[in-house]
Amino acid sequence: MENVTKEVWVFVEQHDGKVADVSLELLSKGRKLADRLNGILKAVVLGYNVKNIAEETFKYGVNSAILIDHPSLEKYRPLPFSRMMNKLVNENKPRIVLFGATVVGRGLAPRVASNTVSGLTADCTELQIKDVTYLKKDYKDLLLQIRPAFGGNIIATIITPDNPVQMATVREGVMEMYEVETPNPISIEEVEYIEDSTDDLIKIVEQYREESKVNLKGAPIIVVGGYGLGTKENFKLIQALADAVGGEVAGSRAAVDAGFVDHDRQVGQTGVTVRPKLIFSIGISGAIQHRAGMQEANKIIAINSDPEAPIFGIAHYGIVGKAEEVIPKFIDLYKNKLK
Amino acid sequence: MYNSIVMVKQVPDTANISGKVMKDDGTVNRAKLPAIFNHEDKEALEIALQIKEQYGGTVSVITMGPPRASDMLKECFYMGADKAYLISDRKFAGSDTLATSYVLSEAIKYVGNFDFVFAGRQAIDGDTAQVGPQTAEKLNLSQVTYVEEILNVKNNVARIKRKIDGGQEVVDAQLPVLLTVIKGAQEPRPFSAKKIMIYKSAKTLLDLEKIANENSLLYLDELVQEYKDKNLYIETLSTTDLSEIDDTRIGLHGSPTKVHKVESVVLSGGEVTKIEPTEEGIGALIDELLNDHILG
Repeated sequence: MENVTKEVWVFVEQHDGKVADVSLELLSKGRKLADRLNGILKAVVLGYNVKNIAEETFKYGVNSAILIDHPSLEKYRPLPFSRMMNKLVNENKPRIVLFGATVVGRGLAPRVASNTVSGLTADCTELQIKDVTYLKKDYKDLLLQIRPAFGGNIIATIITPDNPVQMATVREGVMEMYEVETPNPISIEEVEYIEDSTDDLIKIVEQYREESKVNLKGAPIIVVGGYGLGTKENFKLIQALADAVGGEVAGSRAAVDAGFVDHDRQVGQTGVTVRPKLIFSIGISGAIQHRAGMQEANKIIAINSDPEAPIFGIAHYGIVGKAEEVIPKFIDLYKNKLK
Repeated sequence: MYNSIVMVKQVPDTANISGKVMKDDGTVNRAKLPAIFNHEDKEALEIALQIKEQYGGTVSVITMGPPRASDMLKECFYMGADKAYLISDRKFAGSDTLATSYVLSEAIKYVGNFDFVFAGRQAIDGDTAQVGPQTAEKLNLSQVTYVEEILNVKNNVARIKRKIDGGQEVVDAQLPVLLTVIKGAQEPRPFSAKKIMIYKSAKTLLDLEKIANENSLLYLDELVQEYKDKNLYIETLSTTDLSEIDDTRIGLHGSPTKVHKVESVVLSGGEVTKIEPTEEGIGALIDELLNDHILG
C-alpha cells in the first residue's frame, strides 16, 4: 500500500494518574515493532493532569507522546475518549495502534476501528512484522496479529493487508515490560480537546476500584487448578498445596467458568500470562489458550489422571494420577522434608 | 415505555470442537458444529424482557447468521420476545467483526424505534467483544459495556451498574444507548411451555419458500401474510431488503482483517520427566526441586 506511515501508537490507559501495567508492556513491544519498521513509537495519553504520564512513557522507549489533557477526560467515558481517538487516528493514520485488552481497551479499540475502518484483532499473544504474500499479492512490513483461535489446537495469524491502520489488543502480562537504556524523547505533542454535545451522554455516578490483591504476574510459585478437579470442594486441594509451598492459587478458564475460582486468578489467553519459576498444573488438559498463558514458566509440574492430556507435552515433570491422592501425598512429604 | 433491540448470536458449542471444522481459507465451517444460543446474549435478552415488564415497550431480537439460526430466534420467542429478525445472505459469508457490525447497524436502522440496543459482551466462538462497540460507533450511539444490572430507568436515563477492571461503576446513560451484558448478570428465564406451543411453528421466509415450493397450491406471499397475521413470521432480511447496504463493506471483501495462516500447534514433547505417583516418586521430585532451589 502506498503512503502508509511508520508510526506505532500505544493507547496509554491510566486511572487516577496510575498507568495500567499492560500499557507499559505494550510500549515495550511497540518499541520493538517501531525499530523493525524504522519508524517511531508514540504514546497516546488522554486524561486530566497527566502530563507527567506522558513524560514517564519516554522511559519505555517512546519518541513522542500525544497528550490531550482536559477535565472531561478525568475518568474514562466511551464517547469523549473514542471521539478524540477517532480524530487522532483519522488525521495521522498511524500504521499500528495497540490497546490493552482491558475493560476500557475492549470498549474503546472497537469503536476506533469501526470509525476509521481499521483491522482489529483481539487478545493477540504475539505480534510480529513481516513481508507477506496474500492472494498472490506482496505486502511489505505487515503486522502479524497472532492468536490462538477457535477451541484450541489452532494458532491463527491475522493480517490487515489493504487498510492503512492495523490495530490489536493484548492482555496484561503477555508482553514483557522493560525500560530502555537510552531513551530518545523528541516531544510531547499537546492536542487541544474539543468539547461536544455528546460528552455527557454517560455520567459516572459512583465508582470504586481497588488494586487487585492478587498478583499472579509477580508470584514465583503458582498452583493452577482446572476443571478436572470436578468440584469446588476438590479445588480446596489447590489452596492447600499453594499454602504449603508458598504459592498463589490460580485456575484455568474452565475452572473459573465452573465457579471454582475467581476470574482475576485466571491463567491463559483471556486471563493473565505468567512466567513464574515454578507452576503446578493440576487437572488441566492444556488447551492452547491455557498454555499460551503459562508455557514460559521455568518449571512446569503437571498432575493429571489422563496420561494423554496435552499438558504433559509442555511439562517438565508429569505425574499421572488423581489430584485427591497426589496432592496430599506431596504436601505431607514436603512438610516432612522441611523439618 | 422503552423499546429494545437485542442482538443475539448462535455460536458453535466450543466444548465440542476439533481442528477439522476449519476450512482451508482459515474460516470456520459452522455447518459442522453443534450450535447453541450464546449465553451472554441470552442474559441480555433477559434484561430487555425485564425492562419491558417493568416499563412497557417491545423486545425485538435480531441475528445475522445462516438459516438454521432461526432455531435460536424461536427460543427468543419462548422467553418472551415480540419480534424476531433473521439477517441472512450468502454475501455476508466471511465477514469479520467490522463487516458484521456494519450489517447489524443497517438492520437496526431497518427495525428502528428503539431506546436500548442490547448484546452479550462477547460470543464464545471469538471472544472478541468487538461487535457491540463497533455497532454502537456505526449508529452514533453511546455505550455501556460489561453491564451487570439496570437499576432503574427514569425520564430517558438508565442507571446502570457495570463491572470495571478492579471494581464496579454506576453510570447514568442517556437513551438511546447500546449495552453489552456480562455473564452472570441475570439468569435467563426458562422457556414458557405455553409459548413453545405457539411459537414452535414460527417460520422464516426461507422456511415458507420451501413449503410453497413443495406445494403448488400455496403461494408464497399469501403464506407470508398468513404467518404475519398469526404473529409467527420471523422477518427475514437479505441485502436486497437492506436497501442502503453497500456491498463493498460486507463479507470477506468488506473485512479489513484476513486470516493469513492457520497452524495446528505442535507440542515440543519428549522432555517430560515421568514421576510415579508414589511416595518414592514424589519424594524424589521434591528433593530435586529443593536441591535446585526451586522450592523451599
